[in-house]
Amino acid sequence: MPSDLIPDLECTQLTKRFDDATAVDNVGFDVPPGSFFSILGPSGCGKTTIMRMIAGFLDPSSGDIRIKGKSMRGVPPNKRPVNMVFQHLALFPMMNIAENIGYGLRRQRMAKPKITRKVDEALERIGLPGIGTRRTDELSGGQKQRVAIARCMVLEPDVLLLDEPLGALDLKLREHMKVELKSLQAAFDTTFVYITHDQSEALVMSDQIAVMNQGVFEQVGSARDLYYRPKSAFVAGFVGDANRWQGRITAVDGDRMQVQTDSGLTLRGARHGRALATGDRAEIFVRPEAIRIAHSSTDLEQFDNRITGTVSSLLFNGAASRILVREAEGKEEIEVTLPQSGEFAALSKGDAVHIGWSGDQGNCFAAGNA
Amino acid sequence: MQPSAKLGFILLLTPLLLWLALLIFIPHVDMFLVSLRERVGVGKYDTSLANYRTFFTEPLYLWTFLRTAVMSVVATMITLIIAFPVSYYIAKIARGRLQSALFLLCLIPFYVSELVRTFGWMILLRETGLVSNLLQWAGLADQPVEMLYNDAAIMVGLVYTSMLFMMVPLVTTLESLDDSVIEAGYDLGGTGFSVLREIVIPHAAPGIVSGCIVVFMLSLGNYLTPTMLGGKDSLWFTELIYSQFIVRFNWELGAAFGFMLLLLSSLIVWGMLKITGQTLEKTMG
Repeated sequence: MPSDLIPDLECTQLTKRFDDATAVDNVGFDVPPGSFFSILGPSGCGKTTIMRMIAGFLDPSSGDIRIKGKSMRGVPPNKRPVNMVFQHLALFPMMNIAENIGYGLRRQRMAKPKITRKVDEALERIGLPGIGTRRTDELSGGQKQRVAIARCMVLEPDVLLLDEPLGALDLKLREHMKVELKSLQAAFDTTFVYITHDQSEALVMSDQIAVMNQGVFEQVGSARDLYYRPKSAFVAGFVGDANRWQGRITAVDGDRMQVQTDSGLTLRGARHGRALATGDRAEIFVRPEAIRIAHSSTDLEQFDNRITGTVSSLLFNGAASRILVREAEGKEEIEVTLPQSGEFAALSKGDAVHIGWSGDQGNCFAAGNA
Repeated sequence: MQPSAKLGFILLLTPLLLWLALLIFIPHVDMFLVSLRERVGVGKYDTSLANYRTFFTEPLYLWTFLRTAVMSVVATMITLIIAFPVSYYIAKIARGRLQSALFLLCLIPFYVSELVRTFGWMILLRETGLVSNLLQWAGLADQPVEMLYNDAAIMVGLVYTSMLFMMVPLVTTLESLDDSVIEAGYDLGGTGFSVLREIVIPHAAPGIVSGCIVVFMLSLGNYLTPTMLGGKDSLWFTELIYSQFIVRFNWELGAAFGFMLLLLSSLIVWGMLKITGQTLEKTMG
């Protein structure tokens, strides 16, 4: 195999069992060179365990981790070509910034002038030239972040692991760092493996995302795949927001189907190739932004799901404002994203509205597994 | 400041000021004055440096003084070397109940008085003691072995007595070191030794220095352990002070000795802080 086709990181049948619990269960994936791979999952799903196994702080119970084709079994953390940006960054408080960045180079017994040059280059690259003599506690959160990345990148690792490094930052800075991390990744041209529980971090930055739940990968794919074509009810519920109903399938016609929800609504959805048959219990997910809102029902004729109701609450959140619509029979509340065109700016509680969406947008899954 | 608040402040400060003035400051000033007196006749005194001159011209005094200083430094180092791994284990490796149980185990010997603890060592080390009997039983010695009344016995006693005072600051500072900082040290290519040298020890430096200061002062000023475990050849400077004051009623010389000891401990503590680049505020705060 030519060298550029060997994945930078390859995990096969990776399993980690603690005393009585299986934290990671037979997970396999590979990360092509130069890509940004995220593992997204709720806390306790086993994503940190995977990361610690890759870094070498935990031994897998079975399975293998290969970096650039070389097995990492039995290789201690200080001999692996991976470096890690820790959750709280773990900068060395007893050293200044230049010493922090030069730490790994000193371990490689590099000559002093060369270390100085490399550290200066790294500082230049992260846009913080001349801060080498400062102490770690004199930096802001975002600067510390960049120093932590530079400290790893001077070692030119094959894979950089990032363990929720944005968790400690405030919202504005987090948004900014998302963009910056992505551009740093492009600048260093290194494979990043990023773990997070924050879906927007994963969606914005990653080339590939693995959604993890209870020790297994539910789905691996691009952000778009996960968002529009979730393969399991867990992914549909975890990535993005969704209205969800449980019910029984009353009709299946090719990919399209009809569900009678437990609350009595009749909804049309799509099974996207999943094995579902008439009479099965099913769960149907519809994203709030897939639902169109209109003043008159004639505007919605192209949709096969149409509901008339009244606004029961307005959830103003700037660009992400939503309303809750109570359907006419009063059984259900449906969350709908408010268009930003100003057309519905005057909408108030109690107003009658019509909502509709195409059946294609209603993702159906067999019920009971999420 | 409001008058009532000012009164409260003064009232709160009074016990401390009384303590410092009556028990520390006034006795030391008085002792200094006593040390500058020279008895020239019955009840007649001159002010002179004669007592200090005696100290510097009598080899036994000077020798004991230096021996006490060197042995205290050695005892401090040995305590540090033994206490550091133990503290590291308690602070960083042991978890939960084991951690508190181990710490309690280190504390338990201090439930009995120093006198009883020193007698414990005498029971172990004397000619008819446990260790001697054990060696004979194992065939490693063919006659009773005396292990008391030498410098090694003093050293054992001093290290044992000081262990807890070294461990408390060490465990506290090591506990404050984030585990992920140590992991980062390994992750970036560090070996166990380089992580210890570049990360753990610099972080623990204030604890190491404050532990060393306390242990050094305790050893230097210890009276009981050297007297009971040391023999006639293993004099300790505090024994000289005691004998001047109590046995020979020579308060003037005793006071001069006391002042020399104070000077010595201040000098060594200052030197220790200078060498390690620490400040008293950092190590004690």
